[in-house]
Parts: sequence; C-alpha cells; structure tokens
Amino acid sequence: MTSQAVGWLTGSLTSAHPLTAAARSTTLTVPGWPGNDAGQHVDVRLTAPDGYQAVRSYSIASAGPGEEIELAIDRLPDGEVSPFLVDDLELGDTVELRGPLGGWFVWRPEQTQPVQLIAGGSGVVPFVAMTRAHASVGSTVPMQLLYSLRTPEDAFFRDELSQPTATVRTTWHYTGAVPPGWSRSAGRLTVEDLQRETLPPEKAPLTYICGPTGFVEAVSRALISLGHAPDAIRTERFGGT
Amino acid sequence: MDHLDGNVLAGPTTDLFAFEPTTAQGQCRSCADIAALGQAMVYGQPMGFVARCRNCDNVLLVVVEHAGQKSLNMRGLRWLRVADPVEHNRI
Repeated sequence: MTSQAVGWLTGSLTSAHPLTAAARSTTLTVPGWPGNDAGQHVDVRLTAPDGYQAVRSYSIASAGPGEEIELAIDRLPDGEVSPFLVDDLELGDTVELRGPLGGWFVWRPEQTQPVQLIAGGSGVVPFVAMTRAHASVGSTVPMQLLYSLRTPEDAFFRDELSQPTATVRTTWHYTGAVPPGWSRSAGRLTVEDLQRETLPPEKAPLTYICGPTGFVEAVSRALISLGHAPDAIRTERFGGT
Repeated sequence: MDHLDGNVLAGPTTDLFAFEPTTAQGQCRSCADIAALGQAMVYGQPMGFVARCRNCDNVLLVVVEHAGQKSLNMRGLRWLRVADPVEHNRI
C-alpha cells in the first residue's frame, strides 16, 4: 500500500464515545485517506465563521488500511481545538484533516527489535495504535507498555489494554492516586521504576516515549542514565494548547 | 516555552518537501551531530516553527507562515539526506 502525498481532506464524525471525564474517542470517516502506520499523526484544522483557522496535531489510535481513523482527544481547558472536538463535534459534522503525517515515531510490523513503549497520560494514544498493529499482524516481536497516568479514572482504553489476550503487556503506574489495594504509592516514575518495569539495555530494545514535554525529558534522561543509547530512544512530546 | 519534537514538522512542511521530512537525516552545521529531523527540538506556533539541534541548540531550520506564504530557512543544516521513497513510502 502506498501512502499518498498529503493535502487537506474532509472527515466526518461517524462514531464517538467518552474515554474519561475529559476525553473522547472520535472515529472519523475520511474519503481519500490512504491508511496509516501505527504512531502516525494527523493535523486537524478548524475554521471559524470569520475565517480564523486553528490547526492542532493529534496522534491516531488506529492503524492500517481503510478510510476510518480513530482519534482519542483529551480536552485541554484553555485549548482552542480540543474542547470543540471533545464536547461539540456532533455525528455527521466535518473537520479538515491533513495526513497521515510522520515516519519517525512509528512502529512497522517488519521491525525486529524488542519494543518498549512508555506513555505519560494521553501520550498513550500512538501506543494504542502500535499494540493494535502488533496484534493484527500476530507479531512475535516482544513489545510492552509502561503507562504512567494520574489516577485510575484517567485511563484511556483500559479494557482493551488489560485483555488477557492482549499481545502487549501493560504495566500501570499512577502519579496522583492509586486504586484500592495497589502495592505502590502514587508518585512520579523514578529511575528504579524504569529499571524494574522496562526492557533493559542488554535486550537492545527500541524505546518509544510519548507524553508531556517534562515527562518525556525526565524519562529519556533516566533511560540514558540506565545505559540506553540515545539513538535507541524515540520521543514524541506534546505541548500545551 | 515547552518544546516539541521534529515530528510536528511533518504537517507544516508537506507542501515544501516531496519526501517525509521527519525521517530525513541532517547534519548540524555547528556541532556536526547527525540526527533525523524527528529528533530535533522544535519550538512552534504561532508564527511558525524553529527546529534546533538536539545536541547543541543551534537553529537548524525555520519555517514561517505569514500572509498566505510559507518560507523555509535551513541555515543551520550542512546537509539533509533523504531515504529512497520506494523503501519508505508505504504502510
């Protein structure tokens, strides 16, 4: 399958459901969409009646061929685009989309290295696409996910990630509040947590980190201190609005 | 201001490059570090994007969008090496 040169396409909302109190899954049907690799993103453009335009990038939670894409969007309180996509976009409404974008922060089934995924908050979205791609091709490459989130209520795709049949094991880590009976207290990921819960340098993994800038900086620094080569770490940071 | 990664350049540069830019390798003119553009640190919005070297902070590339025009300055790159699209342009 060939990925076409990208221009602005029009997508309409064909299904949606809440993921958390602040986030929703939106599935858009996009005629002309060429399919996408796991981990790619899309730019979404909104145009106000006065002509003002705002563009934001979102990771795609789905992967593979087809004209449907799933985005998992977190509402940023002072965002220009995300509150509209989470609260106001109705079934049948359209938005402009440019993509699929990016070739660096992707996982392709032909990759042979073991894979460690490390997500901070809604940074889990491209990894959902990677776990789906991993399962759909029946990959035997080891892949595991460490998912750091504030509280259990903030989890995206918990049921899917926790399925006993999942081909990717998810380790949950809570920074703000833990579920009842959880053995560890809430707190940010430490170097020791990363040493215990991620693939070690000896396994020569490719490690992907996605989350807010501070999270990505802290985790990548810690991994380098544990002996991972900087070029074996791929990062995707997301900003504020 | 928080910085992003070179990944975010993929959208704004689609009409500037005929190749996928985030996997293209480039060399920093200042410190000679070689990295994919996806590894650069990008300071973005609202006027455009400034991509800086991950190693020495040198400005590699600037994309500015203004009044319906887009300009690209690549003063900080010694070279850019692009993979064969036949190998990479697929999913």
